Amino acid sequence: MNTESPIIDIRGLGYSVSGRSIFADFDMQIFPGRVTAIMGPSGTGKTTLLRLITGQVRADSGSIEVAGANMRTLKRAGLYALRRRMGMLFQNGALLTDLSVFDNVAFPLREHTDLSARLIRQLVLTKLQAVGLRGAAALMPSELSGGMTRRVALARAIVMDPEILIYDEPFVGLDPISMGVILRLIRRLNDTLGLTSVVVSHDVQEISTVADQVFLLSGGHVVASGNPQEMRENPAEVVRQFVGGLADGPVPFHYPAPDYFSELLARGG
Amino acid sequence: MSVIKEIWQNLIEALENLGAVSRFFLRMFVATPAALLRFDLIAQQIFNSGALSLVIIMLAGLFVGMVLGLQGFTLLQRFGSEESLGVAAAIGLLKELGPVITALLFAGRAGTALASELGLMRATDQLSAMEMMAVDPIKRVVVPRFWGGVIAMPLLAAIFSLIGLYGAQLIGVQIMGVDSGSFWSQMRAGVSFSDINEGLVKSVIFGFACSLIAVYEGYYAVPTAAGVGRATTRTVVMSAVVILFFDYLLTAVFL
Repeated sequence: MNTESPIIDIRGLGYSVSGRSIFADFDMQIFPGRVTAIMGPSGTGKTTLLRLITGQVRADSGSIEVAGANMRTLKRAGLYALRRRMGMLFQNGALLTDLSVFDNVAFPLREHTDLSARLIRQLVLTKLQAVGLRGAAALMPSELSGGMTRRVALARAIVMDPEILIYDEPFVGLDPISMGVILRLIRRLNDTLGLTSVVVSHDVQEISTVADQVFLLSGGHVVASGNPQEMRENPAEVVRQFVGGLADGPVPFHYPAPDYFSELLARGG
Repeated sequence: MSVIKEIWQNLIEALENLGAVSRFFLRMFVATPAALLRFDLIAQQIFNSGALSLVIIMLAGLFVGMVLGLQGFTLLQRFGSEESLGVAAAIGLLKELGPVITALLFAGRAGTALASELGLMRATDQLSAMEMMAVDPIKRVVVPRFWGGVIAMPLLAAIFSLIGLYGAQLIGVQIMGVDSGSFWSQMRAGVSFSDINEGLVKSVIFGFACSLIAVYEGYYAVPTAAGVGRATTRTVVMSAVVILFFDYLLTAVFL
């Protein structure tokens, strides 16, 4: 077992949206210095979990501690102070569309520091070099491909040298080459910058190649966890279904519906 | 019974909305001093809301002034007092048409742009991304846009009135043959500072209202294509109603 203390510690978390329970008595510990993958079928609350961890929404019960701060009681100022130590990569990159690539990466520096223009330029170019897009500094976000957008967003997320880097579905809609690039970046940035990375994804095979620890979520619970090797060998049915990509299993193919024949034969419309 | 119930529910909903807008305004107000220190952001928005609305404001001002000149001339001629055209046009433009039409055009040109821009920023996670970068989007994005609109409105209204006067003069003096000297001298004698003041106060208040409605609707737009569309529509409709309502109210106050 781990002797170090978790950097993200979730205990007994309860959260519901308009009466529908998303999480009930949910536990998860994420340890520093690792790439942790959170996987699960669509609609199990993976993105919601990220929003809870980053304090974008508040939990109803239980505790979420991130780097020692309790997210349930943190005020706005404390939350913003904590977020300076976090970076987040949004699903679509979420670049500011009225700013160039350079200005997007420089944005957090200009907002939070009094660094000289010269120093900002050097920092931004270093980060852009790390994601291979130094040459694209003058482009506007609308001129970038999906993969490039996400790499710029990644450069922006690391420009303040965060301790925790969070990725929300970083591979959605990417071609295999871009996906490979992002995968390598996740691993490399984690190791060279000494980060803690949390990756939400349902690309099982891909994320397994870089993750140290995998959590499989289903129905608002962690149904399995372990390193990628352990996940592949996990005999549980729900894990086999998800890892193998099978349509039938504990996660049903059909959304709950009334009986098929009686609905087809029913009159009216 | 159900009608009363529905009216009651609508009333509650309207009050809730008013409360939400007030809270939003308060948050903006608190963030304002910090935003004023970065005036370059506000200046950028004065350009976006003001300078980019100039063409439509100037064109509308010219045509409204020309109509005013034509209508005013035919009306005043019946009483043989066409020399008063200058003062009639000036009072009409400064007190009423300038502020109101400018505000309506502003809502249609700049208000919709603000609302859809903010709505799309919400829909594409740009506002969330800012929050995650520990940058308050209210302070960084909303407040400069709001004050940009508030500052731009009276300037636009002044330009509208000025061009309108030129339009009225063009028709009245140049074409219909009103004496130029009496056109201007009657205007100078008949327009007092309080008339200009009334127009100024109106356009500042319209600027507040239009900008607030636009940034509120945009900021809280449902982050979908339909939601952003609805936000822009509501911006125009709400602004128009509020402008005309306040116009009556302020006119009554100034009498």
